[in-house]
Amino acid sequence: MEKPVIYLDHAATTYVKPEVFEAMKPYFIEQYGNASSLYDVGRASRKAVEEARAAIARCIGAAEPGEIYFTGSGTEADNWAIKGAVYAARKKGGKHIITSAIEHPAVMETCKFLKKEGFDVTFLPVDSEGFVNPEDVEKAIRPDTVIVSIMYANNEIGTIQPIKAIGEITRKHGVLFHCDAVQAAGTIPIDVRDLGMDLLSISSHKFYGPKGVGALYIRKGVRLENLIHGGHQERGKRAGTENVAGIVGMAKALELAIANMEQYTDKISKLRDKARDLILSRIPYVRLNGPVENRLPGNLNLSFQFIEGESLLLLLDMKGIKASSGSACSSGSLDPSHVLMAIGLTHEIAHGSLRLSFGEHNTEADVDYLVDALEEIVARLRSMSPLYEDFVKANKQT
Amino acid sequence: MYSEKVMDHFMNPRNVGEIEDADGVGQVGNAKCGDIMKMYLKIEDGVIVDAKFKTFGCGAAVATSSMATELIKGKTIKEAEMITNKAVMEALDGLPPAKVHCSVLAEEAIAAALQDYRARHGLDSDSTYEGCSGCCGGCGRLDQHDENNGE
Ligand SMILES: Cc1ncc(COP(=O)(O)O)c(C=O)c1O
Repeated sequence: MEKPVIYLDHAATTYVKPEVFEAMKPYFIEQYGNASSLYDVGRASRKAVEEARAAIARCIGAAEPGEIYFTGSGTEADNWAIKGAVYAARKKGGKHIITSAIEHPAVMETCKFLKKEGFDVTFLPVDSEGFVNPEDVEKAIRPDTVIVSIMYANNEIGTIQPIKAIGEITRKHGVLFHCDAVQAAGTIPIDVRDLGMDLLSISSHKFYGPKGVGALYIRKGVRLENLIHGGHQERGKRAGTENVAGIVGMAKALELAIANMEQYTDKISKLRDKARDLILSRIPYVRLNGPVENRLPGNLNLSFQFIEGESLLLLLDMKGIKASSGSACSSGSLDPSHVLMAIGLTHEIAHGSLRLSFGEHNTEADVDYLVDALEEIVARLRSMSPLYEDFVKANKQT
Repeated sequence: MYSEKVMDHFMNPRNVGEIEDADGVGQVGNAKCGDIMKMYLKIEDGVIVDAKFKTFGCGAAVATSSMATELIKGKTIKEAEMITNKAVMEALDGLPPAKVHCSVLAEEAIAAALQDYRARHGLDSDSTYEGCSGCCGGCGRLDQHDENNGE
């Protein structure tokens, strides 16, 4: 029997939808012009970029296309939003950044870098399901606070933050609100005006668009220092020749995602719920990480007690199942995921975590196959785990 | 990222299990680091006649445990003591740099089990095993090993 390929890592990246690829194709060989050039192939590229900008503005509820700036990734958008805001505010005495303990490294490492540069950073704690308390945001605001950066939805445990409440607070206090919506875009409706956002990051490869292209929404009137210096592209704010095909692909992908959002989220949340319920009922000593409600529809994160995540991933891969883990071993560092530690897990439980993220092509049969495979693999790893041995012996004695 | 040998020993680990009437049992590592190895030895006339292990940890942790048990079976205690993490690593055709500490753990698991054997049999020991090696930094002894000898 040929080994199936069951991709359950859509939070890491997605494939490019065929329609998206089709929309991108003309901009490689025929319409290869530089969007800054005056002649016709250049003008065609310019037109494509501006149409994409308008489409993305519509998709996230921006007041005008000019509020959308293309970047080379979600990471760059996050860096620009935070560094750009605090560098611009430095002269006027701005010194303080508020963020959460469970941000993506694109935000977290940026804040740590700025801390080294002399800015103050408050890393707000989260509760056991990963929620930031908006009251904590309000309490942390100081006269020299420049920006609050809180993600829309967490990439590991799927927690959807009370963004609207946080936006009301930042507006009330006149501080900037940046939201990393990289995991939310394409699965959760986003309306930047309704949510009171000043800055919002998205990344194309999380919603079936190409990799290496992202965007930052900058509300009109918000001033950011430039991050990338060079030519006059993006109205002098983000230098570098536009990735025309990538930009076209991102816009197409986001439009498709928004057109099919209800159907898509309904489908993947059903698959996720089925997987969650089957795993929790068939495999003992499993913990659900993250909330049940207010969670990204395709995200499932579980900890399997007594076993380590990398071994689990390797054995799942042998069965064709592609997933990810918050264990230290799979991250290349010695510490398990900062997100799992922030929600209060012990090292041991964090090491045994598995993230499954469902997507468009997954089926009910995939879920059945996954649960069978997991049941077998978890039993096998436990049979060779000294922690499980200790646990069984301790139970026998009592 | 892993060699074929590592994958083979991970997928088909040799000598997994417990020895009920073991002569020496050693456990090293901790859950904080994400690796725990427990080694069981059966020793007759100074020769390791059987070795088994249980491991909580990544692919490399399982593979190094498996290889370590293979390397010490049939060896005298003296010979087993000479087996270094490098030997375990070489026998596996190398490990990624971030996984070298797993081979150190395997060396220490052998040492811990032999230490236990000596303690049980009232034998003098010229090597003392002091518990955590510091590979994970959990006990603040990161200076203990050369972590740069990986592939
Ligand atoms: C929440 C979040 N922020 C930022 C990023 C970084 O985006 P990119 O991969 O486009 O740099 C990711 C994806 O890895 C993410 O999940």
